[in-house]
Amino acid sequence: MKEFQTKNQKVSPLKAGTKAPNFTLKTTPDQHVSLRDFLGRPVVLCFYPADWSPVCSDQLGLYAQLMPEFRKFDAELLGVSVDGVWSHLAFSKDRNLNFPLLSDFDPKGAISQTYGVFAERNGESARALFVIDPKGIIRWSYLSPDGVNPGADGILSALENLKSPHRND
Amino acid sequence: MTTPKYQAPRLTPPVGERDHIEGSLSARMVLVEYGDYQCPYCGAAYPIVKKVQKELGTKLRFVFRNFPITTSHPQAEWAAETAEAAAAQGKFWEMHDFLYENQASLGDHGFFATYEKKLELDVKRLEQEVAQHVHSGRVQEDFMSGVRSGVNGTPTFFIGGARYDGYPGFAPLIAALEKAEKG
Repeated sequence: MKEFQTKNQKVSPLKAGTKAPNFTLKTTPDQHVSLRDFLGRPVVLCFYPADWSPVCSDQLGLYAQLMPEFRKFDAELLGVSVDGVWSHLAFSKDRNLNFPLLSDFDPKGAISQTYGVFAERNGESARALFVIDPKGIIRWSYLSPDGVNPGADGILSALENLKSPHRND
Repeated sequence: MTTPKYQAPRLTPPVGERDHIEGSLSARMVLVEYGDYQCPYCGAAYPIVKKVQKELGTKLRFVFRNFPITTSHPQAEWAAETAEAAAAQGKFWEMHDFLYENQASLGDHGFFATYEKKLELDVKRLEQEVAQHVHSGRVQEDFMSGVRSGVNGTPTFFIGGARYDGYPGFAPLIAALEKAEKG
């Protein structure tokens, strides 16, 4: 069994039950996306370290293929990294991504930091996932160990739980 | 605050009758691969798995499930359905091996003709089943089982039902299989 270690103590994602901080980020050179645009629908927020990850069929390619599954929950998926919009455009085209990639570029990593997932040691976002409910409340968050692609099982379970929530409170 | 333990996802559903199994049914070591026929990393893992199978002989059961990532690999779905169509004629493993051994020519015009000569198959029936997507449901079922099991890319291996996050090399795989057998 591996220990779940992060090399940076400050990486600590906002927890379930927290209101998701709003943000407005560039997705193309002249288009912005705000989290509040999606109120009324679930949002999957996927922070990742960098475009052009060398992993074959990487996390984002898998999510692109799973868009029909996410759409069954009427969910929107947003990718966030510190890469610039031009990198996002080229990466998105190359990998046939069918969801927006947001650029947490200026000031660098500010939104990642707000969500508790900016890894200062390498100046990148950590690999972290958030599922936000239609009212803008974080219902699930997950920080993946370094180098481990989290897949989509956690996202799908969290989206299912939005539909039939386990009432613990 | 305590450090949360990282728990590798578990294989769902477990290995069962619907699976393509190579090796002894009573073998205690079980290696499951979710693979994509067009993925170069799966292509690289193919001879390693063969070597692991040779090394462990009857002690190992090997299971292959489809995980075609079509957004990156346009030939992957076609290839997965072709292997399933061959399975309908009792030739899954022959086709599985053939696809990996000829990965570089997947999608070439003469690909079907080549395997007609090499594998003893009713090619007309196979082509028809692939064209009509007779086996697409099975491929999608494998794919979604992978997603729910925490498959995050290809190849992803499961050993003793737990996702293997280590390096997919010969020695690490053998070590992990032996460790899982000892429990």
